[in-house]
Amino acid sequence: MLKPDHHDPAALPRLLLTLLALLLLWPGLHLSELNPAVLLEPNNAANMGGFLADFWPPAHDREFLALLGRATLETLAIATAGMALALLIALPASLLASRALSLSAIHRGGRPAGWARLARWPVRGLLIVLRSVPEIVWALLFVRAVGLGPTAGVLAIAITYAGMLGKVYGEIFESQDPRPSHALQAAGSGRLLAFAYGVLPSASAEMLSYTVYRWECAIRASVIMGFVGAGGLGQQIDLSMRMFAGGEVASMLLTFLALVLLADQISRLLRTRLL
Amino acid sequence: MKAPIRWPTYALLLALLLAVVSSFHFLGIDLSALASGDSLQQMGLYAAGFMRPDFSPGHLKAITQGALETLAMSAMGTLLAALLGLALALPAAGRFGALALHLSRLILNALRAIPELVWAALMVLAAGLGPNAGTLALALHTAGVLGRLFAETLENAPTEPADAIRLSGGGAISAFCYGTLPTVWPQLLAYSLYRWENNIRMASVLGFVGAGGLGQMLYVSLSLFQEAQAASVILAMLLLVLAVDALSGWARQRWVSH
Amino acid sequence: MSIRLSGVGLTHANGQAALSAIDLQVNPGERLAIIGPSGAGKTSLLRLLATALQPSAGQLELLGQTPWSLPTRARQRLRARIGLIHQAPPLPPRQRVVTSVLAGKLGQWSLARGLLNLLHPLDIPGAREALARLDLADKLFQRCDQLSGGQLQRIGIARVLYQAPELILADEPVSAMDPVLAGHTLGVLNDEASQRGMTLLASLHAVDLALAHFPRIIGIREGRILFDLPPAQISQAQLDALYANEQLQPLPSSPSPAPLCIQIPRC
Repeated sequence: MLKPDHHDPAALPRLLLTLLALLLLWPGLHLSELNPAVLLEPNNAANMGGFLADFWPPAHDREFLALLGRATLETLAIATAGMALALLIALPASLLASRALSLSAIHRGGRPAGWARLARWPVRGLLIVLRSVPEIVWALLFVRAVGLGPTAGVLAIAITYAGMLGKVYGEIFESQDPRPSHALQAAGSGRLLAFAYGVLPSASAEMLSYTVYRWECAIRASVIMGFVGAGGLGQQIDLSMRMFAGGEVASMLLTFLALVLLADQISRLLRTRLL
Repeated sequence: MKAPIRWPTYALLLALLLAVVSSFHFLGIDLSALASGDSLQQMGLYAAGFMRPDFSPGHLKAITQGALETLAMSAMGTLLAALLGLALALPAAGRFGALALHLSRLILNALRAIPELVWAALMVLAAGLGPNAGTLALALHTAGVLGRLFAETLENAPTEPADAIRLSGGGAISAFCYGTLPTVWPQLLAYSLYRWENNIRMASVLGFVGAGGLGQMLYVSLSLFQEAQAASVILAMLLLVLAVDALSGWARQRWVSH
Repeated sequence: MSIRLSGVGLTHANGQAALSAIDLQVNPGERLAIIGPSGAGKTSLLRLLATALQPSAGQLELLGQTPWSLPTRARQRLRARIGLIHQAPPLPPRQRVVTSVLAGKLGQWSLARGLLNLLHPLDIPGAREALARLDLADKLFQRCDQLSGGQLQRIGIARVLYQAPELILADEPVSAMDPVLAGHTLGVLNDEASQRGMTLLASLHAVDLALAHFPRIIGIREGRILFDLPPAQISQAQLDALYANEQLQPLPSSPSPAPLCIQIPRC
């Protein structure tokens, strides 16, 4: 009888993986300069302690509350307007990027001809670029182009979310049963009509649900974008933080929390109502 | 068959339309002015500045440094967050009594509620400028997110394997490592990878408030109206994001879904 | 004395009495089979003996100790001397067989050794030997979710053999195996127990297997011991009375690992 092998086959891969992890950990720690102990240095801790002590009570004088209310409304408006524009860009883009409406796919078992697949790539690439650059970078670029204020925020949301919506809409179209639209196209109807009657009815619920969810995300994003001067709550938070006004920061963070919870409720309402 | 649309639904759709129109009105955005020839031409000029990215060796070297710093910030932040999140998820899943459960949930919610960029601004105040502040900011926010997801995973994990270890005399830690961890770790890993994809995007913008990485370079170049340099930084961000997405997708494929 | 039960009763939280007035004495090295219709209380009795359940009445003494009057730490030490074989072995699907088997000794190992063993199996020969007794040595480095229900049951048995307890409790240990394999596996379990002087209690739904392999048979019905006899003295009438009016039950389903689902969160 053969001597049984007492060696664990997973030992070597595990060892190599551990070594690799350690090898990567060292430059990672070095480059990120990670050192939580800095927070506890007496000087920094006293600074931070003073700032945090100001958090209570949150600022609540009439003038500040009016400002806060306006900033909150602005945040909501940026998200809503940005989503509306994003929708305008995403719908045609997703139609161009999706192969659900390909004419050549009808008689090829769902796979478009080679040239037709190539033709969809520029739109797909554009969508990838739009959504892969973080929204706040777009906001910074637009602040330089159209000046400080909510316009930059709206455009940034529109651009980034168009990329996300366009991709997901395209995927939703392609996941639908292609037979209704193929039948319509084979009967001679135009592509858009075939889409409207063959694909849209079954895809609309999923699209709506995703759009509402993205709107929720857009509200969080529009708060952040104020930090580069694109309007809304973020701009106020940034200002108050620079002035070390703990009370103002506290009430704005609370407002932000309330806003996120509100958006959550509204999106739940919309989804149950409209689906 | 779908039920016929009732009038409240129409009212809701009308309200949505109204919300969109009033949003534009409230913000005072004049889309036609934006699309007018004059401002379009200005935008075109501005955009043209980005069309010739700066690929000079000196700048490329700075970008590489910044990209590595961003990568390190996102990876270390996510790693730290996963450890912190797990430490908070254990009490939040109800393993150390009701008091610890409520306390840890409160902490997790607070960590999660404050956005990364606000954490970064706070950390810059508390720990000074540089990537350390950014890493800590990512770690704190992500710990809140991951902690909640981890706690849910732990709650839903079957208890029988760990109970069996306890019944054969094993300690609580052994029971967790042998009975619970093997079932939940793929899910914990999937969540961490997903957050890493998110954090590489955040890490590249935390520099806007002075927390290190590529964001700081972008902010500076745009402040100095150096569109060519900014363009190459954005390109680097794009590559970094796509690379991390691919790497995390591969890791998910390799360790999670089989 | 391995086991001493006197007047033991068990009432579930919903008020349903699972066991009542159980008197049982088992000497070290004895091998018993517990038979009875479904729902008679066989599993409850075994879980009670494994100290997974606390009796609501009577005295329970295991290996010379009263587990429920011991402090937690001492009770864990006592539990390390008792091995429970589950009908559906609770093994994490993604764990490797070698780790699952070695986990049997966690009650005897230090924490450091246990954690180290997770990174690299410390006693491969030991695990291989336990598996070899059940003809599964070739599955040593496979994952539990690659095995069938019957194979998983044998892994569960191998884990308890590796644990080398003084008292083995087996809850339907061969229910997912075909009759030939079931007989063979029960034979192995009995051989191991008698060679190493372990006490063995096994509940079985197959009466013929129980009569063939065990020198002492206990019949349980409605939470009470109906008879406690060597197989030769059990009459057909006693068996008929034990299983009278039994509802037809579906065969116990084989334990299958739950599929892992990964949800990715949103936003």
